[in-house]
Amino acid sequence: MKCADLITMFLAEYVDGTLPPETLADFEHHLDVCASCVAYLNTYRETIAMAAAAGTAPRLDVQDVPEELVRAILDVRPR
Amino acid sequence: MDAVQQRQEASLVALLRSGDPGAFETLVRLYMPMMLRVARRFMRSEEDARDAVQDAFVSAFRSIGRFESSARLSTWLHRIVVNACLMRLRTQRRHPEEDIEEYLPRFGEDGHQVQRSEMWTETAESILERTELTGIVRNAIDQLPDTYREVLLLRDIEELSTDEAAATLGVTANAVKIRLHRARQALRTLLDPYMRPVTS
Repeated sequence: MKCADLITMFLAEYVDGTLPPETLADFEHHLDVCASCVAYLNTYRETIAMAAAAGTAPRLDVQDVPEELVRAILDVRPR
Repeated sequence: MDAVQQRQEASLVALLRSGDPGAFETLVRLYMPMMLRVARRFMRSEEDARDAVQDAFVSAFRSIGRFESSARLSTWLHRIVVNACLMRLRTQRRHPEEDIEEYLPRFGEDGHQVQRSEMWTETAESILERTELTGIVRNAIDQLPDTYREVLLLRDIEELSTDEAAATLGVTANAVKIRLHRARQALRTLLDPYMRPVTS
């Protein structure tokens, strides 16, 4: 298995835990001998974690309901 | 949701269906925080997020008659605001799909990466304790082409399943998987310069 195949074709399934056994063996053998792909895999996982965490950042929280938005919504309520 | 909450929600739904004005205001005040938080994840400006929330409530008011009592209001409204955001994003379509190629890893004829990957110096957890890097991650997500950004938002941030995301976007589950992988790869490329060890 080459780096291009690992990263492009099999990485997503590996992270999901859905690689077929034969392909999994080849994938893991490649990781045993390729530090660059190990780094790519780890940083890919970190990317997913960072995206998820950024989606829950405190600055997205709503501290107070914006009153002007409440009024605007109620004003356009279909009657 | 416990039995008391279920009864309260059923009562609110009944009042909404009867057109009770107070019930609409209650609905808006109760669920706006959740919906605005979701819209802020999808939209690129506060103004656009508020507009999407307004669209969502209008849609909800119009379709309350079709709300199934067996479902939860919060789940139903979450779906409505996600759809409202996606519709707004489509009218603002900025980055063509082809732009993602520049963010994907490149390989030589021997199949190796053109630029070797390196481990990042800190973990995601420690990095995101620093507010400025949360902003960097958000800006990087915003740079993604829209069709890929939407999938990333739905799967990795809103935590929809592949099938739910496919149904929301009107594409196949396979298309969602391919787009998500490319979106993640592109996001990794955008974050890598901030996270790699600094070499002198």
